[in-house]
Amino acid sequence: MARPPASAGKGLAAPVTSATPQLNGGSRSLLASLLSERRKQVLDAWVRAMDRKLESRSGQTSEADVRAECTALLDALELAVAGDLSTDVKSVEYAGVTQLVNALSKDRARQGYSPTETAIAVFSLKDALLGVLEEACADQPELLVSEIKSMNALVDDLGLQTFEAYMAGREEVIVSQQQSMLALSTPVVKLWDGIVALPLIGTLDSERTQTVMENLLVAIVDTESQVAIIDITGVVTVDTSVAQNLLKTVAATRLMGADCIISGIRPQIAQTMVFLGVELGDVVTKATLADAFRVALRMVGANLATAGSRQ
Amino acid sequence: MERIPIVTLGESLFVTIQVDIDDRLATTLQDDLMERIVATGARGVLIDISSMEVVDSFMGRMFAGIASMSRILDAEVVVIGMRPVVAITLVELGLSMPGVRTALNVERGMALLDQALTARLNSVGVDGELADGDDAPG
Repeated sequence: MARPPASAGKGLAAPVTSATPQLNGGSRSLLASLLSERRKQVLDAWVRAMDRKLESRSGQTSEADVRAECTALLDALELAVAGDLSTDVKSVEYAGVTQLVNALSKDRARQGYSPTETAIAVFSLKDALLGVLEEACADQPELLVSEIKSMNALVDDLGLQTFEAYMAGREEVIVSQQQSMLALSTPVVKLWDGIVALPLIGTLDSERTQTVMENLLVAIVDTESQVAIIDITGVVTVDTSVAQNLLKTVAATRLMGADCIISGIRPQIAQTMVFLGVELGDVVTKATLADAFRVALRMVGANLATAGSRQ
Repeated sequence: MERIPIVTLGESLFVTIQVDIDDRLATTLQDDLMERIVATGARGVLIDISSMEVVDSFMGRMFAGIASMSRILDAEVVVIGMRPVVAITLVELGLSMPGVRTALNVERGMALLDQALTARLNSVGVDGELADGDDAPG
């Protein structure tokens, strides 16, 4: 994201000829003039302030990147405040700024920055602008106060925007993770002609049960399977509701005309289940997937030399 | 009046439900089926529901009812080709139809029926001596 050097920004700005900022210059606010006049100074101060406050994160983002981000934001901000200094960041003039702030915040959220650290990126601008404003209006305390007030309000609003975008970014991350988890967690594996297995991992809530059930039943139809093995080795805990969901899946499998075996019940889980009074009814249960597979092979009438010799 | 055809297939009856059936049609089917079982002395009933996409609790109870009634009349019922959606709906409705045998397709259904009938013959053979004379030892 190469940005024109700070000095090039002057070309865009209204004619400000004198070295000192033109105070109360028509419709242009002091802030706008300062942003174009002392661009380099503001930028340096901003990046420095950010560096100081985010020492722990140093090295995670290269300084060039930070500078590029800040330059882009300053460009947009300058355009926005050029008209008038209404500090409503939701207005059309600020669309560009908001967009950049949103992008920046979401980016940080994805990189694992904390909300505070993300907000600091924007709030550091306050320090930078404060310094420049003080310098420019050293002899006009009244003007300084009013300018600082409006600048404060503006940066605060931008900071709030950061928070909102940060939260939205986090939310997106969570939703996409949930989806990929859901997709990952329900593979139905064909083990043999007429035998499918469903290794379950994680927890089994009612929403997942629905997905699991659908996948399993469709796989049974597709592979014309007679036996389905549900392996719960990876299920962390089995309580009454999990058992209920398991039984539902088994019942649905039976309605389709297939038999169901539950395998992978760890000793601890067996104890918990008995302790809780969980009843699995007449469902065939096996300790390991291998045991379940052997039973399933016998059910489908598969004739295996090795399997036969073992029994 | 619309009726669902019941086909005789050896010692069994074969019913294919290819339309969405309402409660009245379902009751008619139940009546017809019972009469045919008695009339033909059928030993098994195959009900193919692979074209059914909608079931409600009434239908679920009807299948369970048909199974129980048929068993009283000495016939085994196998429900064939239930769709995943239908199976999930029935389970969510709390109707897992414990007494009904199910199979994935007609071929499997007939095999299951044979198996069930053989098993029953054998158990009769053990309990009473009548069956021994009629059937070859299974």
